[in-house]
Amino acid sequence: MKKISKDKLPQLWQKISGDFDLFLPIEKDKTLNFSIWEDGEKVNLKKLRTNLPLKNIVFPQTETYLKFKSEGKKLSLKSVAAKGDNYVVFGARPCDIASFKLLDNIFLREPVDTYYKAHRDKGTIISLGCSDPEETCFCGSFGIEPGSAPKDADIALWDTGSELLWKSQSEKGEALTSSVIDLLEDAGEGHEEKLKEIQNEIKEKTEELPFSKIDPSKIEGTQQEIFDKEEMWKELSERCLACGTCSYVCPTCHCYDVKDYDGGKNGERFRCWDSCMSSDFTLMAHGNPRTSQMQRVRQRFMHKLVYYPKNHDGVYSCVGCGRCVDKCPVHLDIVKVIKKLGGEK
Amino acid sequence: MSCTCHDNDPLMPQIAVIEDVRVDTHDVTTFKIVNPDGGKPFEFMPGQCAMISAPPIGEAIFSITSSPTEEGYIECSIKRCGNVTDYLHQLEEGSEIGIRGPYGNNFPVEELKGKDLLFIAGGIGLAPLRSVINYVMANRKDYGKVDIVYGARTPEDLVHPKDIFEVWPKKDDTKVHLTVDREVDTWEGHVGFVPSYVGELAFDTNKVALVCGPPIMIKYTLQSLEEIGFKKDQVYTTLELKMKCGFGKCGRCNIGDKYVCKDGPVFRCDEITELPDEY
Repeated sequence: MKKISKDKLPQLWQKISGDFDLFLPIEKDKTLNFSIWEDGEKVNLKKLRTNLPLKNIVFPQTETYLKFKSEGKKLSLKSVAAKGDNYVVFGARPCDIASFKLLDNIFLREPVDTYYKAHRDKGTIISLGCSDPEETCFCGSFGIEPGSAPKDADIALWDTGSELLWKSQSEKGEALTSSVIDLLEDAGEGHEEKLKEIQNEIKEKTEELPFSKIDPSKIEGTQQEIFDKEEMWKELSERCLACGTCSYVCPTCHCYDVKDYDGGKNGERFRCWDSCMSSDFTLMAHGNPRTSQMQRVRQRFMHKLVYYPKNHDGVYSCVGCGRCVDKCPVHLDIVKVIKKLGGEK
Repeated sequence: MSCTCHDNDPLMPQIAVIEDVRVDTHDVTTFKIVNPDGGKPFEFMPGQCAMISAPPIGEAIFSITSSPTEEGYIECSIKRCGNVTDYLHQLEEGSEIGIRGPYGNNFPVEELKGKDLLFIAGGIGLAPLRSVINYVMANRKDYGKVDIVYGARTPEDLVHPKDIFEVWPKKDDTKVHLTVDREVDTWEGHVGFVPSYVGELAFDTNKVALVCGPPIMIKYTLQSLEEIGFKKDQVYTTLELKMKCGFGKCGRCNIGDKYVCKDGPVFRCDEITELPDEY
């Protein structure tokens, strides 16, 4: 175990950003988001939740993958390389890291999405324990421990106040650690006790959070029975504005659209984030199997809490990051749905 | 920047050429599609689908209407009903398009061997069934008696007229039962909707039924079949939902825990009853 003094962080970032695109939680116009660090940016490692999850890094909101050219009856197609250099994410929260696994289940199963894979392979992920969980956090409901080192983090960090404890967990983590070794110190005596103390503190804080009793495994009923609770779905969905913010900020929503940009003889094909909340998501020439917002709201939550787990060994498609709780303009979030379905300890 | 690193990405289409355009009805055209240097763009089985690209308009998924036993090409019968299909209908012989696939599962042609078969189609729903019918005709000895019930709004809407009027009726142990929705002077055959015609024909139930058509026609046909004694596990159908990727990632065609593009489009009807009613 190593550690780094917080005074040295700008030097560390300077060093890392020489070799990688370095993503840090950066505040701009009072909004916190992971973006590429440059000297002078306002980094905030204290606030827990960024506005958007890390999804954009591995599954860009818009991604051109094909260029086409037509001349008369001739057509030519060329693939476009996935954009972006090797990168480091510094300060990723355990919930956001857990969401990568859920996206992997979709994009890395056969046939492998080579764009997603390229983005995933280029990343070195540095986690940061959640010393100050937000009121709307509920990752514990999905078995995520915000004080532990996430299995998929290459390096795990914990905030001791004046320093960050630094634990390398993978080959990529080791490589990065040795490249910045001059800025690190040995964690020294007593660091294990210190780490335990931090982790216990985080655990206690999370257990006291308002949503700590949320437990989706307590949801009872078969797929059909839950689907058939039409009155409940109707009541829940009545206020939905179909704005799609929930999908936009959700680290696990992965539905996409494919569109062509018409530039005359030349053009591009791109994929972009989409949401099952919009009315034309399932619209076909012969009609629409989901004509009401009730059906669309039901689809989104059924997918996260019933369909996805059924296909993935009981794992829910939610990491309890709390962004939908925070952002939904009409407070129709997954916590409310889980509660309605009886998912409380 | 162009590269070759994603040439095998599942979203990447390959170039294909429209070798022949055959106008079936006022709004259905059958396209014969080949590789630029000849031959089938890819191998497939009856019931599987192809994603056809028409840049700069976009992509759409279509069932393959030719039988895999046909050498050297695939055919798709496409109804003009939206942006991509409008564009495709303007294309001429020799035009290049993009294509990828095959997607989805197929009708269980191995399991169906030795059985009597009942094909029931409405309108453009004949397109996927024609692939199985012609597969059965190409391997005629492997299968039992064949009945084909096919209906459309008007006689002019019946697709593949050559097959239904000339080719199939002449095959061994094969009967074709045609119907149109409303009476017209030019039609001397049966008049009435497909589901009720199926009831009237009162088939013996010692067969397997394969059904495709508009969703409403499928639903009522399944009812008719149950009324005359068919069990759900004797009936197969093929579903259609909006699709963007074709391999279970874009999320469009998700119903229940299934993705129609990869777990379907062919479902046995007892499997369908386990799905939420959203198709």
